[in-house]
Amino acid sequence: MKLLKLVPEDTNIKFLRLRVPFFIFSLLLIAASWALVFINGINYGVDFAGGQEVRLTFVEQDQAPVPELREMVGGLGYGTPVVQEFGAPNAVSIRVPLPDGVEDQPGAATAIGNEVIEMIEGEYPQVRRDGNDTVSGKVAGEFRQDAVLALLAAMLAVALYIWVRFEWQFGVGALFALFHDVSVTLGMFALFQLEFSLQIIAAILAIIGYSLNDTIVVYDRIRENLKKYRKMPLPELLDLSVNETLARTVMTSLTLLVALVPLLLIGPASLFGLVAAITAGLFIGTYSSVYLAAPVLIWMGVTSNSFVPQETKEERQEKIARGEA
Amino acid sequence: MLDFPTWKKFWLWGLTFVAVLAAMPSLFAAANVEWPEALPNPQVNLGLDLAGGSHILLEADPAEVAAQRLENMEETVRGEMRRAEPRIRIGDISTSGGALSFMLDTPADIDRARGLLEPVMMGTNLVREWDLTVVDGQRMVLTPTDDGVNQAVTDAMDSATEVVRKRIDGLGTREPTIIRQGDTRIVVQVPGLQDPDQLKELLGKTAKLEFKLVDLNALPTDVQAGIVPPGTQAFPYSDETPQAGQMVAVRRLGGIRGDSLTNAQAGVNPQNNENVVNIQFDQQGASKFCTLSTENVDRPFAIILDEKVISAPNFNEPICGGSAQISGTFTAQSAADLAIALNSGALPVELTVIEERTVSAELGADSIRKGLLAMLIGSIAVVALMIATYGRFGIYATIALVFNVLIILGIMAGLNTTLTLPGIAGFVITVGAAVDANVLINERIREERKRGRRVVAAVENGYKEASRAIYDANITNFIAGVLLFLFGSGPVRGFAVVLVVGLFTSVFTALVLTRMWVAGWLRAKRPNDINV
Repeated sequence: MKLLKLVPEDTNIKFLRLRVPFFIFSLLLIAASWALVFINGINYGVDFAGGQEVRLTFVEQDQAPVPELREMVGGLGYGTPVVQEFGAPNAVSIRVPLPDGVEDQPGAATAIGNEVIEMIEGEYPQVRRDGNDTVSGKVAGEFRQDAVLALLAAMLAVALYIWVRFEWQFGVGALFALFHDVSVTLGMFALFQLEFSLQIIAAILAIIGYSLNDTIVVYDRIRENLKKYRKMPLPELLDLSVNETLARTVMTSLTLLVALVPLLLIGPASLFGLVAAITAGLFIGTYSSVYLAAPVLIWMGVTSNSFVPQETKEERQEKIARGEA
Repeated sequence: MLDFPTWKKFWLWGLTFVAVLAAMPSLFAAANVEWPEALPNPQVNLGLDLAGGSHILLEADPAEVAAQRLENMEETVRGEMRRAEPRIRIGDISTSGGALSFMLDTPADIDRARGLLEPVMMGTNLVREWDLTVVDGQRMVLTPTDDGVNQAVTDAMDSATEVVRKRIDGLGTREPTIIRQGDTRIVVQVPGLQDPDQLKELLGKTAKLEFKLVDLNALPTDVQAGIVPPGTQAFPYSDETPQAGQMVAVRRLGGIRGDSLTNAQAGVNPQNNENVVNIQFDQQGASKFCTLSTENVDRPFAIILDEKVISAPNFNEPICGGSAQISGTFTAQSAADLAIALNSGALPVELTVIEERTVSAELGADSIRKGLLAMLIGSIAVVALMIATYGRFGIYATIALVFNVLIILGIMAGLNTTLTLPGIAGFVITVGAAVDANVLINERIREERKRGRRVVAAVENGYKEASRAIYDANITNFIAGVLLFLFGSGPVRGFAVVLVVGLFTSVFTALVLTRMWVAGWLRAKRPNDINV
């Protein structure tokens, strides 16, 4: 049987030749992402903003009355609701943000939620309530804090591990690549104003894990090659390492992609945000391993001596005494 | 690397067998096939987002507990001073600023007062719950200690949890989970509950029932404005009553509290078809109610529920049978709810719903169906890709993948963890990422062959050289997964559980099991060339 080879043998793409333009591009991307986050803002869902999100199915209708609902719920005076189709044309999710000034009232979210549901059920008696999330300002604040802590702790902890397992330059490189991945993911959410929920934090941590996986595979090969080819110039060695692991990179990205795409297309609507973020992260993470994590090593001064144990003065003198040097 | 003695093979297959066996009850349940009752039945729990149901997070305000405690202390102090022989006269009682202070009429009583209060200030656990200071030789100030307040909050939350449990049991819902969380929170999870409105209503009531004499001396106009003489309190009528908006003045002390009830039941008054709640007092409550009604025939008393007056009827005659009837403007539903609430006792502190998540059973079932279908299609695509790319080695990876999914299920069942909707996504990602180990190994074997190594050496080197990166990658993923579990909440934790368990099983199946199979094949066939 002839086996499939996704990457032809002896592929030798000069990835690192364009490292400077790509690095500048990446820096601009990070800057643009943060600018978007600060200018557009993140579209926080009820988990982080507080408020209420209710999912309804209009059983006897083909099409949910989205504009009517928008007007009706908006008329309650709690700000503009977000009314979106959810999974099917006759299903909607209605999100009512927490009005200003009630963050400290623990019962406010529930009270508003009850009012919204009562009104809609009064107007459309055959509506089916599929789900309901109500989060008070206090709990939302805790979620925000936990999310930031989780992301920061995860990035630092894994960078620390890589520092211990490899060298400090590799730790910095991995941390920088992760920072890039998280920034660009956040930037995408700011640009497209996708709903940012607790699930997205899970997605970002999965992206961190995946991107790191890629980075480690490349780093592991760089470490191996540094020991093997002591005289090879670093850029050439990095290119060699990236090319040697390219078949694996492509194959793994592809297996993950074919597993995710069905979930994206026919999976439950409640998972769409999570899966979409991870799918995008797949590309961002692969890119950052090749174009950020690897070239950073050049600028950080990794040499083929980085993995050779340094001799202490005493050892050196011992060697001289024994006549070995 | 390729040496597998019999005992090792025995162990590996045994381990796999046990884990797969543990997954069976869950698979049987998913396929709606009955699992024999005689066998152990470890199950993967379905999260509320898949099974349908309601998750409600309740919070108490510790300030309220402190205020309540101060009020109780005031009654205790009054009682102790009154019962003293001879009586100690006190005045100018104040509870402002979080402390209880009062003046002694005779400064000479100070040591006697101190002696009486000393046992009261010590808690049950030998923790000093109150501090006593004397100002100007005549004013005593009781300040709650931090330990005392904390103890009070803990006690209040313990009994609140018990009350919540009783109330939910009263609704007849199945298998609720009720857990204390942190210092002031209670998590309630009720699977299968579609409409949590009734539950929220019920938990939102403290159900503090009081019977107090109406103070007929207070000027009606003053009462409406909320101005009442000392020793009197004004309560508004409940919104459901025709008198809503009006206030009633009652005597602060000398009433009867709802905690002396033994039973409450919803019923209908046959004379006027009104919904009522019949209550039964305990012995002490019955005799107090008897005295109160005998001394006040033809005078009105107020029935107060949660600081709202339900009705204010007259005592028509002495009521000494120990039972009474509360009527107001109840519906059948609200009478039944009140009966449940009264039977479960009053909540010692008001609970507020600060988070609620409800998913209907239909949406949950729909999520499972769509999630499993997507996972099946994704898995088939991954398998096809692996076999097309690595041939025989791809088949080994595929079998490892099947075992991987089964073992994850088995471990989750054994640990009694919960599978949530994000957990299904976790499965899909694990399926996609688990083969990465095999990809790394197989690509390495390809490379080693290309460099001219012989078959066995290439395979051996492939596993050896690839395992370093595999371990590093899995450990870092493990770190990220554990942090997600620690900081995440609710369904997101389910995602972390699947990812973390999946990391261990992936390494086991992809690195260890496939190596055993490949080694067995190499030993049996001794191929000169391999197609990889």
